[in-house]
Amino acid sequence: MLKQVEGSHAVAEAVALCRPEVISAYPITPQTHIVEDLGTMVKAGGIENCEFLLVESEFGALSACIGSSAAGARSYTATSSQGMLFMMEAVYNASGMGLPIVMTVGNRAIGAPINIWNDWGDAMSARDAGWIQLFVESNQQAVDVHIQAFKLAEQLSLPVMVCMDGFILTHSYSRVDIPEQEQVDAFLPAFEPRQVLDPAVPVSMGAMVGPEAFTEVRYLAHHKQMEALELIPEQAAAFQQIFGRDSGGLTKSFECEGAETVVVTMGSVIGTMKEVLAGMRADGISIGALAVRSFRPFPKDTLRACLQNAKRVIVFEKCLAVGMGGILAMNLRMALKDFPIRVHSAIGGLGGRPITRANLRRMFEKGIRDEMEEPHFHDIQMDIVERELERERAQRRSGSIAENILQDVGVVAAAKTI
Amino acid sequence: MAQIPESLQKVRFYQTGTLTVGNRLLDAEHRSVQATLDRSNSLDSGHRACQGCGEALGARFAIDAAMRATDNRLIAANATGCLEVFTTPYPETAWSVPWIHSLFGNAAAVGAGIAAAMKAKGRKDVRVIAQGGDGGTTDIGFGCLSGMFDRNDDVLYICYNNEAYMNTGVQRSSATPGAARTATTMPVGKDPGNAFNTGKSVPLIAMAHLIPYVATASVHDLHDLEHKVTKAMGVRGSRYIEIFVPCPLGWGSKPSDTVKIARLAVECGLFPLIEAEHGEITGVTKIRSKTPVADYLKLQRRFAHVLKPDNAHQLEQLQAIADRNISRFNLVDDQGGQE
Ligand SMILES: Cc1ncc(C[n+]2csc(CCOP(=O)(O)OP(=O)(O)O)c2C)c(N)n1
Ligand code: SF4
Ligand SMILES: [Mg+2]
Repeated sequence: MLKQVEGSHAVAEAVALCRPEVISAYPITPQTHIVEDLGTMVKAGGIENCEFLLVESEFGALSACIGSSAAGARSYTATSSQGMLFMMEAVYNASGMGLPIVMTVGNRAIGAPINIWNDWGDAMSARDAGWIQLFVESNQQAVDVHIQAFKLAEQLSLPVMVCMDGFILTHSYSRVDIPEQEQVDAFLPAFEPRQVLDPAVPVSMGAMVGPEAFTEVRYLAHHKQMEALELIPEQAAAFQQIFGRDSGGLTKSFECEGAETVVVTMGSVIGTMKEVLAGMRADGISIGALAVRSFRPFPKDTLRACLQNAKRVIVFEKCLAVGMGGILAMNLRMALKDFPIRVHSAIGGLGGRPITRANLRRMFEKGIRDEMEEPHFHDIQMDIVERELERERAQRRSGSIAENILQDVGVVAAAKTI
Repeated sequence: MAQIPESLQKVRFYQTGTLTVGNRLLDAEHRSVQATLDRSNSLDSGHRACQGCGEALGARFAIDAAMRATDNRLIAANATGCLEVFTTPYPETAWSVPWIHSLFGNAAAVGAGIAAAMKAKGRKDVRVIAQGGDGGTTDIGFGCLSGMFDRNDDVLYICYNNEAYMNTGVQRSSATPGAARTATTMPVGKDPGNAFNTGKSVPLIAMAHLIPYVATASVHDLHDLEHKVTKAMGVRGSRYIEIFVPCPLGWGSKPSDTVKIARLAVECGLFPLIEAEHGEITGVTKIRSKTPVADYLKLQRRFAHVLKPDNAHQLEQLQAIADRNISRFNLVDDQGGQE
């Protein structure tokens, strides 16, 4: 049914349609609306046979899901930012134990300095944790990918994160087609665990594993993610059959075939980019885009196949491996290492900095001229950076960088308006 | 509350010498779970606990009693610690209940999740136990535990208190008593051993949550321990039992003294045995023959320095804590209190 709804509400409806049995969550902006809506639905009896646990922390939230999933219940949680870090020990534990929990990440920057706005710092902090990580571009995608996520998770016995940009998606209203219960039931069978806590057949789960077996256990975790590379497109196709929409999959091309320059990115920013790129193509520039929808597993082969004929790639990402550079860029370079393709790395949108059509076009043009620094910090105000560096050279007790910069932003901005 | 025959609590037949509570003179149905041939054997032989491990003893008594009380429909969540490590050197496992180990600090939350799953699936017959050492309970798992209490999740949490982080090599926890030697509180300097801090009683904190049932128990009194576990399994909601479990390795005591040390801890007043319902104390086990704390301390190398003349002030402090427990919980009968 078509509805004009908030992204968070759409996700809550999608999760409810998946018939979760245990939901456990702790509030953090911008994830809050999702779990508020689910809490209301459970309390009002809108989700049958579902328990909602109001826990004392994110660590408790995911730990409760570990218990409920191990006991054979379809389990769901959601978090963002600091919440992801607070639960991190359980994040690794859930994947290590092969528990098919689904978690929404309303992507938000990680502090300090504390910042509630969107970037991918939280999801990236868990990129090696063994979870499948799917990024969505729109609220319709968010709905569709959640439904696919439960199926994928349960088929592989692996947890899945659905990453959606905080505020940009979670808090925006758009037209979303909410599927019918019969459609979801036809797509998503009941959860049949590989191992379950059951008094009739007692098993011990979560035992210690030493050097004699750890490598093989880890290898199999990797192997399962490689299996997911096949399963994700299969499920997207099966989804399309029932729901009539092309949603999910490993990557999505936006006229990247035959383009000299291809922009590679993830998440909702592709929406703005599509318009910019269309404008550039209208001006005769050979440029397209490719969205990475599955970040873990990283679809190296698919990316190679899509990008092999490009002359250059501009990777745009909302995250930074401090001391190294772009994370998506690093991963992509690994995928393209055998091809003579220039890969430029641009980092932007950190802590919610707006990404506009005008500044995107300037950045793409710089990339096409192969004049980008490595890495390139999109839309950075270098005069502000220089002021702080100068202050640090001038005095030992120069104070907090964060507060200094905030003051400078005000001063410099005021000076610019004069 | 489950109906427990009064006699189980009241009748006390003690073996001379060891002062253990005997089965012989009790009616068959009042005898210990451990005395029956068809007991469940929740914690099977072959586990790797040290000789004389109080935790192994306590866990077996407690889980066997819980299995009997639930007709074997029981699931256990276990925190990281000695109990977890010595019972599951995979592919071997000593557990005959469905059992899960997740992390050091989340057993209460994992238990709450299992209980929620059982509720969602309409399996109210299946009951849940979460368990861990003192470190996994009073320190790192404390947030999850308090959350479980606050929500009144249908879980019995059992803390096996051996007063330190044993699994990592005997470091101090917030359950370590003042003056005790651990690897992080060595008997050096002016006030050797652990500092006398303010203390942290999880049973009292559990009571402050007004949960339906809180009890302390000790491995020296099997009937009492089984009685409390059975009673706890007859109640819905959050329950907490703390079992005093001497650790020969960490305490520097003889493996053969485990039960004796446990008894002396109770008899000197350092570990009071209490029961509470909805925040109110409903029962205390009276001290039968009050013993000076020194008798308890002298069997353990972790307190060796306390008994030296230089550290008489530490002995006094420990005795004062025991005396305060005795008066606070009224552990000695007014008429002399001793049998
Ligand atoms: C997050 C985390 N921190 C530290 C450890 C290391 N660790 C494992 S068991 C343990 C001590 C357990 O002590 P306690 O809970 O008292 O149980 P015991 O071994 O004494 O029975 C520690 C510190 C860990 N596994 N996880
Ligand atoms: S170290 Fe202590 S608690 Fe651990 S197994 Fe040995 S006796 Fe038991
Ligand atoms: Mg301990």
